[in-house]
Amino acid sequence: MDGVDAEIARTQEERRKMEEALAAGAPMAVSSVTFDTDLYGGGGADPNRFAGYDTSIPASEDDAAEEDTEAANPAPRRLAAYTGHAIAAADIPRSADDDGLPKRSQRIIDREDDYRRRRLNQIISPERHDPFAAGEATPDPSPVATTKRRNRWDQSQDSDAGAGAKKAKTSSDWDAPDATPGIGRWDATPGRVGDATPSVRRNRWDETPTPGRMADADATPAAGGVTPGATPSGAWDATPKLPGGVTPTPGKKQRSRWDETPASMGSATPGGLGAATPAGYTPGPTPFGAENLATPTPSQIARGPMTPEQYQLMRWERDIEERNRPLTDEELDAMFPQEGYKILEPPASYQPIRTPARKLLATPTPLGTPLYAIPEENRGQHFDVPKELGGGLPLMKPEDYQYFGTLLNEEEEEELSPEEQKERKIMKLLLKVKNGTPPQRKTALRQLTDKAREFGAGPLFNKILPLLMQPTLEDQERHLLVKVIDRVLYKLDEMVRPFVHKILVVIEPLLIDEDYYARVEGREIISNLSKAAGLATMIAAMRPDIDNIDEYVRNTTARAFSVVASALGIPALLPFLKAVCQSKKSWQARHTGIKIVQQIAILMGCAVLPHLKSLVEIIEHGLSDENQKVRTITALSLAALAEAAAPYGIESFDIVLKPLWKGIRSHRGKVLAAFLKAIGFIIPLMDALYASYYTKEVMQVLIREFQSPDEEMKKIVLKVVKQCVSTEGVEADYIRNDILPDFFKHFWVRRMALDRRNYKQLVETTVEMANKVGVADIVGRVVEDLKDESEPYRRMVMETIEKVVANLGASDIDARLEELLIDGILYAFQEQTSDDANVMLNGFGAVVNALGQRVKPYLPQICGTIKWRLNNKSAKVRQQAADLISRIAIVMKQCQEEQLMGHLGVVLYEYLGEEYPEVLGSILGALKAIVNVIGMTKMTPPIKDLLPRLTPILKNRHEKVQENCIDLVGRIADRGAEFVPAREWMRICFELLEMLKAHKKGIRRATVNTFGYIAKAIGPQDVLATLLNNLKVQERQNRVCTTVAIAIVAETCSPFTVLPALMNEYRVPELNVQNGVLKSLSFLFEYIGEMGKDYIYAVTPLLEDALMDRDLVHRQTAASAVKHMALGVAGLGCEDALVHLLNYVWPNIFETSPHVINAVMEAIEGMRVALGAAVILNYCLQGLFHPARKVREVYWKIYNSLYIGAQDALVAAYPALEDDGDNIFSRPELAMFV
Amino acid sequence: MQASDRFNINSQLEHLQAKYVGTGHADLTRFEWAVNIQRDSYASYIGHYPMLAYFAIAENESIGRERYNFMQKMLLPCGLPPERDED
Repeated sequence: MDGVDAEIARTQEERRKMEEALAAGAPMAVSSVTFDTDLYGGGGADPNRFAGYDTSIPASEDDAAEEDTEAANPAPRRLAAYTGHAIAAADIPRSADDDGLPKRSQRIIDREDDYRRRRLNQIISPERHDPFAAGEATPDPSPVATTKRRNRWDQSQDSDAGAGAKKAKTSSDWDAPDATPGIGRWDATPGRVGDATPSVRRNRWDETPTPGRMADADATPAAGGVTPGATPSGAWDATPKLPGGVTPTPGKKQRSRWDETPASMGSATPGGLGAATPAGYTPGPTPFGAENLATPTPSQIARGPMTPEQYQLMRWERDIEERNRPLTDEELDAMFPQEGYKILEPPASYQPIRTPARKLLATPTPLGTPLYAIPEENRGQHFDVPKELGGGLPLMKPEDYQYFGTLLNEEEEEELSPEEQKERKIMKLLLKVKNGTPPQRKTALRQLTDKAREFGAGPLFNKILPLLMQPTLEDQERHLLVKVIDRVLYKLDEMVRPFVHKILVVIEPLLIDEDYYARVEGREIISNLSKAAGLATMIAAMRPDIDNIDEYVRNTTARAFSVVASALGIPALLPFLKAVCQSKKSWQARHTGIKIVQQIAILMGCAVLPHLKSLVEIIEHGLSDENQKVRTITALSLAALAEAAAPYGIESFDIVLKPLWKGIRSHRGKVLAAFLKAIGFIIPLMDALYASYYTKEVMQVLIREFQSPDEEMKKIVLKVVKQCVSTEGVEADYIRNDILPDFFKHFWVRRMALDRRNYKQLVETTVEMANKVGVADIVGRVVEDLKDESEPYRRMVMETIEKVVANLGASDIDARLEELLIDGILYAFQEQTSDDANVMLNGFGAVVNALGQRVKPYLPQICGTIKWRLNNKSAKVRQQAADLISRIAIVMKQCQEEQLMGHLGVVLYEYLGEEYPEVLGSILGALKAIVNVIGMTKMTPPIKDLLPRLTPILKNRHEKVQENCIDLVGRIADRGAEFVPAREWMRICFELLEMLKAHKKGIRRATVNTFGYIAKAIGPQDVLATLLNNLKVQERQNRVCTTVAIAIVAETCSPFTVLPALMNEYRVPELNVQNGVLKSLSFLFEYIGEMGKDYIYAVTPLLEDALMDRDLVHRQTAASAVKHMALGVAGLGCEDALVHLLNYVWPNIFETSPHVINAVMEAIEGMRVALGAAVILNYCLQGLFHPARKVREVYWKIYNSLYIGAQDALVAAYPALEDDGDNIFSRPELAMFV
Repeated sequence: MQASDRFNINSQLEHLQAKYVGTGHADLTRFEWAVNIQRDSYASYIGHYPMLAYFAIAENESIGRERYNFMQKMLLPCGLPPERDED
């Protein structure tokens, strides 16, 4: 050992000398630095220097990186590795790779627009009604004050920083979290870079460790000391000092400067920051940041989430760090021999810094300097390596450290206070719910629910709600957390009251989420919340938000109120609404009140009818409000109410008709649009007479507004015109003369086709007009536009014509228009270039079908076009042509153009060599349409030529091809099997077996049916032999389909042709085959129903055997065969055989495997139908009062299903019970005799 | 039993059955079952008019009276429940 010491001393001496030399300004060359040659080989010249190194880093972590750590403690590692996210991570990218697209982000924030993202600016408010909080200095809850405060905060940072340029990047609200004093705690968690500033800025920070940095994130609150209170001596500063060796850092020279950072410069030790800061400088009593929401401190108010980019950075950084993490003591122990080495105390000046980002924190804070103590290093921590969570907890994502970081601390559970233990428990459960596997989630969710009251509302919501505000939340995670709230709400009931507002802040944004299910979830939560907390609490919680200056807050509050109304009933809310809508204090309050009414109407639909009058009265005065926004929302609310009430309730709107009426004459712009909308929705409620009058009146304004350039106005005008036109009492002539000219002039312009919503609205309105004025007027006006040069516009015209013609037929169309129409359609069809061909195809099909025989003169021209286009170079054009054939085949038949069709058939036949599967599928579909129409005998090419050509196509694996081909083959097998030799059909049979593997159910079903047709055509023997052979294959789906096919063959060719061979097959001593036979029998008896009575005795011995088999599946399948058999022959006098079979089924009632027991129970149910309830009851009575509970349970289960199925029938069969003392059990009535 | 089976339809079956009045379970006593039987019987008699008519003739009562009697009997068809032994 002495030798070692001497060597160490020598090395230290050398190094000291060198440092002195350096300090004296000696030139420093890399080669002059002494390396430990034992470790690093012989200097720079050695060519084999890097021999032992990996030349590349493995792509996947689990290959290499994790192996090292696994050695230390493999078991928990492996346990923790089996998490949902690991599995999902392995799974999802693979599927993403398949289509070669980058993975679509799952996070909610990525699909939100700016307005929705404003939810992140919301503050989970402090408890406002909690008596316990009374002692604290409650901050002003109003967001205005908070905003001010926050701004002040930012300003102070800015001014203090003195480096405005730097701050410009960081001092947005987003970055406010850095100012959280509690953050110090999080520094203890390795790998988390909570305060990560993008690494771009790193250098600048590194180079300027000026004292001015006091304004930096961590320092600010400390300096400010804003929140009074002492530091809790929480777990975080109790980290024991572990005497440990130095983490050797030779070779990482670029670090040396920082490794030597003088301790006085600041809290450089990760984990040490919080620990070492003297109490006076730890700001606030809430070092836990988000946890202690009950005691609001500026820290929380200032806490906002980080930007997703920062999180991305964190993730990436963590990934890199994990690969380059420093060696742990254990690893070093394993590497070095036990002797010859000594673990040195680190020099006092040594401060390890691992994360570049954390260097930011390492900057000195002058205020902290004098009181700074050397942090005690927690050697138990693995600095940058994400630590394993014990107890089978799932992995954390980097952003989770902010919330779940404390779980990583290594304190003993026993040392914690009960409160902290509870907190930990909740966090663990939440982490499991959020990141765990489904079973973990399930149990955690149940525990949370069961213990909800025990945990208490405060600790629960203080953990859950911040999680929901996490900006990187994914849909699934949000769903799960919302589910937790829902369950917990149910349990906590009135205990949630103090938290109502906080929950609302988090849940309200769901109400405007674009995802429908999120909206539904949000409504459900708020509805449950209002039932749990009661109306008074809900109103108290939301009242302050009603006149919030932030429109976002008011919007979500209005929606939340409407949910409350639907949960607790509109009448309960009416007085409050009335007061709000008449508020004199601010227009915002009136606006929100009226908006609540609108949202109620939208949410509840016709359920507003009983309260319609009072709702209208409440908002009526808003039409003449001095604020324009209030007037607008009032009109919109009336529109919503009218829409919800339609077609009833006009009398409720009487009072608003006049103001609305005046309004549309006096207002302009947005308000006018809203008023028009209201009128437009009220008119359909009116009697015909009034409707006609009002329509004419309002139409003048509408026609004037036709030319409005405002998009919103356009949409509303279109909508109102549609409403008015469709109203009874508006005459066709009036529309034709007064509306149509202007309407077409202003709306049927190319620009309208460009916006999807305008397009739809315009088509709908025009179709509605056509319903009134007839086809000819509308089509006559637009038909020329089929030749317009703008394709979207042509498409819009085509869609309108299609809908109009499909609605009203083509009888109004005269010869001239007909010509124009066909001409235009052909032009539009040929000129189309876009991907979506359906509009043109449907339009063409609709027009041709509507014209019927009148198309005959044009058919040659159409067919010429089709033929020409079938030969086109572009696959899409060929496909469209083929599709068109299948649309017009029926009309061609009507026009007696069979010869033409035959010709087309031949042409299509020639194109069967098509290589594009999409096109080939369409060609097969066209052939099918022709075959269907002209029949097998007249088909050209003849079936005997066509079918052999189809056989190879059956091999094609493309779904569309498969589907169309099997349909066509099935059709031929059904109708024209005799045209094809039996050998060809057998060949097809073999091809069909492959098709049973298809993914699409339609294909499998068509295949199975085709087996039936073929068997009918060529006799069942050969087909059956093929199918029975196929029972031996391994693939389950294939076997299942085969059994179905066998059953179908038996059904089409009578069971007696199949049963002998099938039953013979049961003798094959192979599980799959026997089960296949049983399954076939099951399907067979299901299909043949009553016919089964002739075969039941034949198969009984086989079923006997199967029901006694050792194999569970045998018994299960046999039981389901028995069920179908029993149901089929009920009432046909087969009771003897059935009772016999029941005796074999009955012993299986104690099976536990779910499928088996299910089949057995169903078999017994079947028997109940066939044999009568009394028989089964007699079987049951043996066990109802059996001494063994397990037996009783099963028997009562059977009894119950018997009882539910045939309660009445049991009356006659109940046993006669003996009277017992005072209790009379006998039923004397049944003994009565006349 | 596997975790997945715990939530499937089979295990829910008993729960579903329990929703119906008159179904039983493993801890049902003889008395409770007998009460169910009696009530079912009376309900059935009342529900089948020919049965009611038959009983009316046999007892020489009006049909309405029979119906009323049966309904009354459904209240405590077997008398008061026996004392449960505390165990």
